[in-house]
Amino acid sequence: MTAVAVGRPTRPEVANEDGRRGAAPEAEGRGLVQDEPLIFERGGWEKTGVDLPEADLDASDLAGLTRTAPIGLPGLSEPETLRHYVRLSQKNHAIDLAMYPLGSCTMKHNPRLNEKMARLPGFADIHPLQPVSTVQGALALMDQLAHWLKTLTGMPAVALSPKAGAHGELCGLLAIRAALEARGDGRRTVLVPVSAHGTNPATAAIAGYQVVEIAQTADGRVDIGDLAAKLGPDVAAVMVTNPNTCGLFERDVLEIARLTHAAGAFFYCDGANFNAIVGRVRPGDLGVDAMHINLHKTFSTPHGGGGPGAGPVVLSEALAPFAPAPWVTSGPEGFRLIERNTGDAAQAFGRLSAFHGQMGMYVRALAYMLSHGADGLRQVAEDAVLAANYVKARLSGELTPAFPDGPCMHEALFDDAWLEDTGITTLDVAKALIDEGFHPMTMYFPLVVHGAMLIEPTETESKREIDRFCEALLRLAAAAKAGDVARFKGAPFKAPLRRLDETAAARKPRLKWTP
Amino acid sequence: MRYLPLTAADRAEMLAVIGAPDIDALFADVPPAARLAGPVDLPRHAGELEVERALSRLAARNRSSGAGPSFCGAGAYRHHVPASVDHIIQRSEFLTSYTPYQPEIAQGTLQALFEFQTQVAALTGLQVANASLYDGSTACAEAVMMAARVTRRTKAVLSGGLHPHYAEAAWTLAHTAGVRVERLAAAVDAERAVTGAIDADTACVVVQTPNVFGTVTDVSAIAEAAHASGALLVVVTTEAVSYGLLKSPGEMGADIAVAEGQSIGNALSFGGPYVGLFACREAHVRQMPGRLCGETADAEGKRGFVLTLSTREQHIRREKATSNICTNSGLCALAFTVHMTLLGEAGLRRLAEVNHGRARMLRDALAAVPGVEVLTPRFFNELAMRLDKPAAAVVEALAARDIIAGVPVSRLDPAAGMDDVLLVCATETTMQDDIAAFAEALREELAR
Repeated sequence: MTAVAVGRPTRPEVANEDGRRGAAPEAEGRGLVQDEPLIFERGGWEKTGVDLPEADLDASDLAGLTRTAPIGLPGLSEPETLRHYVRLSQKNHAIDLAMYPLGSCTMKHNPRLNEKMARLPGFADIHPLQPVSTVQGALALMDQLAHWLKTLTGMPAVALSPKAGAHGELCGLLAIRAALEARGDGRRTVLVPVSAHGTNPATAAIAGYQVVEIAQTADGRVDIGDLAAKLGPDVAAVMVTNPNTCGLFERDVLEIARLTHAAGAFFYCDGANFNAIVGRVRPGDLGVDAMHINLHKTFSTPHGGGGPGAGPVVLSEALAPFAPAPWVTSGPEGFRLIERNTGDAAQAFGRLSAFHGQMGMYVRALAYMLSHGADGLRQVAEDAVLAANYVKARLSGELTPAFPDGPCMHEALFDDAWLEDTGITTLDVAKALIDEGFHPMTMYFPLVVHGAMLIEPTETESKREIDRFCEALLRLAAAAKAGDVARFKGAPFKAPLRRLDETAAARKPRLKWTP
Repeated sequence: MRYLPLTAADRAEMLAVIGAPDIDALFADVPPAARLAGPVDLPRHAGELEVERALSRLAARNRSSGAGPSFCGAGAYRHHVPASVDHIIQRSEFLTSYTPYQPEIAQGTLQALFEFQTQVAALTGLQVANASLYDGSTACAEAVMMAARVTRRTKAVLSGGLHPHYAEAAWTLAHTAGVRVERLAAAVDAERAVTGAIDADTACVVVQTPNVFGTVTDVSAIAEAAHASGALLVVVTTEAVSYGLLKSPGEMGADIAVAEGQSIGNALSFGGPYVGLFACREAHVRQMPGRLCGETADAEGKRGFVLTLSTREQHIRREKATSNICTNSGLCALAFTVHMTLLGEAGLRRLAEVNHGRARMLRDALAAVPGVEVLTPRFFNELAMRLDKPAAAVVEALAARDIIAGVPVSRLDPAAGMDDVLLVCATETTMQDDIAAFAEALREELAR
C-alpha cells in the first residue's frame, strides 16, 4: 500500500474579497489517506472474521443439492475488515464533514438519536410476521407516524409501505389507475411538466401510461395554457412537483388543481420538496389528490450513500380505498394489520412489497417529528427557504440566477450564462468546488435550464457555513472570469482521485472484480 | 431547537441581505388561502430525553425476537450480525452521504458497491449484479419486467412455491404493464409442477429455492424446459445464507437470480429496510434495473469507480428507462458487504451448515410431537409442518406462552387451503433450549 502523496499541482491562491490570501481549506499532508485494494486483492480464501460453532453437518438429505465448486469469496479478520472499510469511508464526502448542497436531494443533518431509537430491540429485532398481539408498539408507531403525516399534509389517508420516492410515485399512480378503472374509465395519459424529475415520466410509463410533457413558462412554472390545452378525457393524472424542481412555488397551483379536476383527472403532487413548506402549507389545501413524501428528505432519515429511503403517499378520500395492503387499523382489541385485499380492503390495488414498508425509517422519521414538533417543523421550512434565498442573494452578483425575479423556495437555481466565453462548464465548476472542500451542487438538473446548478443549503447549515460556501463559489467565479481555466479543467486536484473517466466506464463495462 | 443552527440575529441579517422585510415575504408565491397562520395541531418540540422516553415506551410494547424462543422465517430471518458491521454503517462518511453522483469524493461508497456487486455475482453464480434494489420482493417484480423486455413476451409463470407476497408484488407491477401473471397452485413441492405451464408466450418462469415452504429444489430441469421454449428462468431466494451450502442459481441455469439480502448484515426491523440482490447474464446487462457501479481510471490513470450504464436509468431516459428506481438500498448493501467480508467463504459455509444443523434439530424435535407431520422433504433452515389444529390459533396460543412459533400459511395465503400448515425456521441464533421449550409447549397445545 502506498500513500497517495503524488505530485499534484497545488491549488492556485487568490485573494478573497477581504483582500487576504485564500488559504487552502484542506491540510496539505495526505500521508494518512491510504490507497486501499479491493477485498478480492487482499482477503484470504480460508480466512474468516467470525467465530462460529462447529457444525456437525449431516447433509445427507440434501444430496445432489449442495455446492460442488468454491464460491470465490475472500474473508478478512475483524481488525482487517474494520481498517478496510474505515479507510474506504475516508474517501467519501458527507454531511457531517461540510455543507452538501445537492439540490433536490435535501442533504440535511441526520440526528443520531434517531439512529439509536431505530436500533432498540423492540423495533430492530421484531419479525414482520410475528403475531400482531406481540407488536402492538410497532403498529402504534406506524399509526402515530400516519397521524403526523396526515396532519402535516391535510390529507385524510396515507399508504406507508412504499420504499422510496419513486416507489411512492408508483403507489400514487396505481391508486389513481385503480380508482379510474373502478368507475370504468380507461384513461391512458399522464401529463408531466418538462422540468420534472426523471422518476416522474419513468413511473408513469411503468404504471402503463403514455407521458405527455407540459411546457414551462419563462418564469419557471407550469404553463397553464399548455396544461389546459392538453387536458382532456384521456388524461388520468397531472404530476406536478411543488415546490418544483426549479425551486419555485407553483403560484397557479389552485388553478392547476381546478383544471385537472374539471377534466376528470387526478392531481398527483411529487412531494420531494415538501421540506420547503412543511408546517406552513398543507398540500391538502392545494387540491392535491396524492403526494409521496420522501422521509429521507423532509424528515431526515439518512441517505446512506444511496438509500434506503421511504416514500409514504398521502391520499384523498377518493383514492384512499385503493391504497395497497398492508395498513394499520385500530379497534377495541388494539391495533390490527390489514394484509389481505378482502373485506374493507377489497379495492386495494395490490401489494408493493413483501412486508409493511421501511419500519427502520418510520422510527427515525417519527423521532425527527417529535423532536421538532409542529413549531419546529414550521421553522424547518422557514430556515430552509431563508438559507436558499440568502445563497441566491449572495451569489447573484457573480453567478446568473435562472429565475432572478421573486423569491425561491428551499433551493437556488443558477444557469451557466455567467460562464459564457470562459471555456469553463458547469461540470468544471462542480469539480473545482470539491477542491474548495464542498460537495458540489446538483448539476445539469433540471434539464430545462442550461448548465443548471441547483443549490440546496437546507435549514441545518449555520450562517457561517453558508457564508464559507458562498465565498468559495465567489472565489471560483472570480477565477473563471480572470481566465484561470487550468484551475477548473484539471479539477479536482485535492480529492482522493482526479477526474474519473465516466465515458470509458460505460463503453467497456467492468462491473465486478475478476482475477 | 437543537438541530437548527440559525439564531434570531442570523435570520435578521440574512433577511437584510435578501432585502425581504420578513420571512412571510419569501412565501409570497403561496396562494393566501393556503397559508397557515400558525403551527398545525400537533405537539410542540421535545428534548432528546422526552423523545427517547416516548419511543422506548412503544418499543417496550413489542416482543423482540431475542427476548425468547422465536421461529419465524418466511422471507425474513433472524441472524447474528457482528457489532463491527453496525459500527461501519454508522460512520458519518457512509451514513450521511448520498448516491455517489460525484465519484471523486465518493470512492468509499463506490468501492464498497463494487465489492458488493462482485460478492453477489459470486454467490448467485451469475456474471453481473447491480448495486441493490429495495428488497427481495421488489427485485423479483423487476426481474419479471426485465424478462418481458428481454424476450418481448407477455406472460410470467410463478411457481406455487414462490412467497405469496412476492407473487402479489410481482403481479401488481407486471399486470399494469400488460404482462399476464399465471400463479400456480401452492404446494410444498410446487417447483416440480412448473414446467407444464411454460408455453410460447412465456417470458419467464419464476421459481424459489428454498421455497416458501422451505423446500430445496434443483431447478436445472426447469431451466432446460424454459430455455427450450425461449423463456428465461428467474430463481428467487429469500434466505441468502443458503447460498453458503446450496447450489447457486447460476449453476442450475438461472438467467436472473434475485434474493432478499437481509439475512446478511441486516436486522429484522419488522420488514424493512432490507436489500434486494439482483444478478443476471452479461448479455442482458443493458436491460437491468437499478444502479450499477463500474471500474474506470482517473486523469492520472489510477483505478477508480463510478456509477455507469446510466443510459438505462430514469434521469437520462425518463419514460424509456428500464425502471423508475432512483434511491435504492445503499446502506443495507454496505452492511451486507461488510458482514460478507467478515464471514468470507469459510465463514458463510460454516454459518450455512450451522443453520441447516439447527433446522434438523428443530425438525427432529417437532416431528416427535403427536399431531405434527413434517411436510418439507428437503430443507435448508425452514420447513412446513401440518398440525392437527389450525396453525394460526396454535401460534396465538403459543405467543401467550411467550413462544413465537412461526408463520401460519393462512396469514400469507388464506386461499392456499393450508390453514393447518405452520412454517418454522431455525438459525444459528436458535438454541437447543428454545427448541425444547417450543416442542414441549406445542405438545401441550396440540393435546389440549
